[in-house]
Amino acid sequence: MLVAQGLTKEFDSGSHHLTVLRDVSFTIPQGTFVAIVGPSGSGKTTLLGLLAGLDTPTRGRVLLDDADLTAMTEDERAKLRGQKVGFVFQSFQLIPTLNALENVQVPLELRGDSGASHRATELLQRVGLGDRLDHLPSQLSGGEQQRVAIARAFSNRPGILFADEPTGNLDGATGTRIVELLEELNRESGTTIVLVTHDLTLARRAQRLIRLADGLVVEDTNGSGVGGRGSRETATQPAGALGE
Amino acid sequence: MNSPRESPDPRPATRAPLLGLAWRESRSTRRKLLLYMSSISLGVAALVAIDSFAGNVTRSVREQSRALVGGDVVFSVRNGWTPTTDSLLDEFKARGAVITKQTAFASMAYAPRTNATRLAQVRAVGEAYPLYGTITTRPAGEWARLHEGRNVLLDPSLMIGLDARVGDTVSLGYQSFEIIGSLDQVPGDPGMAAAMAPRLFMSEKYMADTKLLITGSRGEYDAYAKLSSGSPDEMVKSLQTRLDTAQLRARTIRQQESNITEDITDMSNFLGLVGIIALLLGGVGVASGVNAWVMRKIDTVAILRCLGATTRQVMTIYISQAVVMGLLGAAIGAALGIGIQFLLPGVIGDVLPVDVSVRPEPRAIGMGMLLGLWIALAFALRPLIALRRVSPLQALRRSDDGSPARKWWRDPPRVIVNLLVALSVIGLAATRAEDLQETFAFSGGIAGSLAVLAASAALLSFTARRALRGGWPYVVRQGVANLYRPGNQTRSVVLSLGFGAFLVTTLYLVQSNLLATFTRAEFNARGNVVFFDIQEDQVKGIDSIVAGQQRDYAARVPIVTMRVASINGHSVQELMGDTTRRESPWALRREYRSTYRSEVSGTEKILKGKWFGEQPTPPGGVPQVSLETEVANAMRVSLGDTITWNVQGVEVRTVVTSTREVNWQRFELNFFAVFEPVALEQAPKTFAALVMAPDDSAVAMLQRDVVRHYPNVASLDLSLVRRTVAEISNRATTAIRFLAIFSLAMAVPVLFSAVSATRRDRVREGVLLKTLGATRRQITRIMFSEYALLGVLGSLAGMILSFGGAWLLLRYVFERPFEPAFLEAVTIAGLLMLLTVSIGLLAGRDVFKETPMAALRDT
Repeated sequence: MLVAQGLTKEFDSGSHHLTVLRDVSFTIPQGTFVAIVGPSGSGKTTLLGLLAGLDTPTRGRVLLDDADLTAMTEDERAKLRGQKVGFVFQSFQLIPTLNALENVQVPLELRGDSGASHRATELLQRVGLGDRLDHLPSQLSGGEQQRVAIARAFSNRPGILFADEPTGNLDGATGTRIVELLEELNRESGTTIVLVTHDLTLARRAQRLIRLADGLVVEDTNGSGVGGRGSRETATQPAGALGE
Repeated sequence: MNSPRESPDPRPATRAPLLGLAWRESRSTRRKLLLYMSSISLGVAALVAIDSFAGNVTRSVREQSRALVGGDVVFSVRNGWTPTTDSLLDEFKARGAVITKQTAFASMAYAPRTNATRLAQVRAVGEAYPLYGTITTRPAGEWARLHEGRNVLLDPSLMIGLDARVGDTVSLGYQSFEIIGSLDQVPGDPGMAAAMAPRLFMSEKYMADTKLLITGSRGEYDAYAKLSSGSPDEMVKSLQTRLDTAQLRARTIRQQESNITEDITDMSNFLGLVGIIALLLGGVGVASGVNAWVMRKIDTVAILRCLGATTRQVMTIYISQAVVMGLLGAAIGAALGIGIQFLLPGVIGDVLPVDVSVRPEPRAIGMGMLLGLWIALAFALRPLIALRRVSPLQALRRSDDGSPARKWWRDPPRVIVNLLVALSVIGLAATRAEDLQETFAFSGGIAGSLAVLAASAALLSFTARRALRGGWPYVVRQGVANLYRPGNQTRSVVLSLGFGAFLVTTLYLVQSNLLATFTRAEFNARGNVVFFDIQEDQVKGIDSIVAGQQRDYAARVPIVTMRVASINGHSVQELMGDTTRRESPWALRREYRSTYRSEVSGTEKILKGKWFGEQPTPPGGVPQVSLETEVANAMRVSLGDTITWNVQGVEVRTVVTSTREVNWQRFELNFFAVFEPVALEQAPKTFAALVMAPDDSAVAMLQRDVVRHYPNVASLDLSLVRRTVAEISNRATTAIRFLAIFSLAMAVPVLFSAVSATRRDRVREGVLLKTLGATRRQITRIMFSEYALLGVLGSLAGMILSFGGAWLLLRYVFERPFEPAFLEAVTIAGLLMLLTVSIGLLAGRDVFKETPMAALRDT
């Protein structure tokens, strides 16, 4: 379970004092598929960073399975990420010098897992890239790279997976396939998925939607759907304070 | 896919998977990293070559020491063997030693058939000589016949000089000998020595017949002992008191070995400075290059941090990559060094006293590689530890994560690493310096130079910002702006280039100044042939010969041999025995060949006091003496001190009334001590004369006539000396040029690292400009402006620093005058500038190869 309590994040930028997140609180039960939406500058990526333990809040705390991320050192958070967290990024973020198999193995090797190669092969087959194991990221299309990234994200059997605009660099059809893959994996493994996006069409596929605006939670469906499927809508509120 | 609750328990990653990850992750950047780390290769090569060769020579000395020294013990006397000294030698014989003698002296050799004369170093030897080693001859086997009659064996150069052949007669003094062959191999003598003083071996049985060793002649009297058992050192020690009383000097093989190996160690330490300097320069290159490499790894590190890598795991991955490449760079350097080591005997073999057998020296190789790896890692750590602070947040957004960078002195790991670098520099210097003072002077010089260069870089950026004018052409403005805007390479290039220029130019200036001292000797002085050992009753005869050939004396001076008996009433023994005194032993113990005259000569200048010509001693007063300034310092005497001289048994008391600076580089008859005539007019004396003959055949005719009438009179053709010196100085010039080119070569990988550091940014920028409409010519001119300015400032700053460095080294280490060689220094600076611009333009040529789309996709 992921709990955010009173999360606030402030920055000093030159002579300006900026508040990017203001007192954000919510609880995400295990196994939920949650979408966090908001316009550019709403604080989505900042919130993602805090929830994943990549950053620390100015005030408030984040509890991941009762472990207080904000009270940990960077190395403790890194170890926890290696055990419980998966990531999928907008720009895939594969290590360019490693092939598909090796990229998927990285979290397992960091944990000293001796079955890394076997598990990685399995995962790549699961995402439909069983015949591309030895291909470098430069030899894969955007959608294929993202599938490798998803396989990597699931390699350590994470309790929670954070996806930051996973379809942002992909065309519509490919993006849809990616999200469908995430949904399948969510159903199969019970992994909580936290998806950050500005694409409302994509967001509506989630079980729950948290909408941010100007650093505040302005909507939290908490399990009920929002709007209907169909046209691709994006949150277009004016850009506010520094966020992304 | 398994549910998260079934995740296996985490356990720490073992090193093996991490190293595997490190190896795989380094795939596309291995070559770059190797290039940066190989900045230290040339430094390692120099150290391995120098230390290995020194090791080879030391080992060869030890293996051949007996042949080199000539015996287990060598005894020497100053003025010939006496019954006392002979009886001491007999005691050694009684203890089972075999003893043989050698008397060496200079004399003219005259070949009647060809009418040629040459100065030779005559060696009259006993039948058992040599006790160790073998002398080979051409024809073979002639050494065995040396004592069978009045036979001689000559150095090949003496045969050529006399235009003689086997079977010819050669006259030495008043005796004729038959030439039975030439010398091929003689243990213990460097080949080059024969050029200056070609040897002639004869049997000691016939030495007296030559009548050459008479009053005033110089000879060296040695006896070599081969012991049947026991330690030479202990045997000598047991007889030390009696040896001292008899003034019989004994040197054991161990003492001789350590004298020679000490000289070799000193030489290798000095040359090793070149290697140290190259290593440090390489370290600067490593730091620049690894910094660039680290910048490219930030994204990957951020990803690894997201995936759960701890700080330790990240550092393990990247430090292990640096270690492997550093090892490879050091190995390349070691291989190169071994290759150079095998070439060295060919270059300097004939100035060494032993035949050097060249083989790899594991200790030198290991030490060179270890030092190289250490320096590479110490300098690489500085940029590498920045990876600790890469936030995983950078995987989400590329820009700075918002936290302000700490100053280095507030960051303990960076403080430690900077200290490590500083201590490494000091440690490196300590491996070669003679003492702590030299160590700290060297390290301080390096630190000071780097500080000045860093300040120069800051000044350039500051000036560029202030000086920029809107009216300048765009390409120039862009190039100048590149010097100060964020992400500029000003500091790294100026530091690398300036440091390189400083080191290369200092090396060159020191070497060329030392060489200039050597070649500045003026052989054309006032005469070109010297005669010495002219007896008093031979003067008139020689005057007639010189006049008869219508030649003029440039100088004719009396020479009186003497030793110091006491100074200010304290005997030499007293002075030598008092360890609190600081007189130099050589000045007190040596034999002086002094003269007397009323005028100051053209090669002297009075520094202190007054010349006795201005205020002669009244009758009955203490005669005056003028000392050369260095001898006066060595004796610790001042004006007004008294020195009593032992002039062949008679004591002559004098007072020091002046000191002189002597131009020793003018090859004329110069003296440490010049006396007022009244002091020595009555003393037994010989004469030396300097004569000017117009050409080589006139010199030969003069020498021939003199030696025919007066065989004891030796003469030296100065043109021969000049030619020999020219040959030596040519070799030294070649060696210097090689070192200069080597030094310049050191700068190349370093500069390349520094310029490559920002290559990626330059290329991206250039491609963007191309996209926006800039032509190839415009982009080239922008890059040229930037690199030209960097090149000019860096090499000029380095050059100016080098004048200071060279002056300090020459003044305090070599005690030589410094003459700034402006032309050469400017040439080196110009070359380095060209190198910078070329490397910069070369590195930027990718701008023209990449399409805009490829580059923009990469952002």
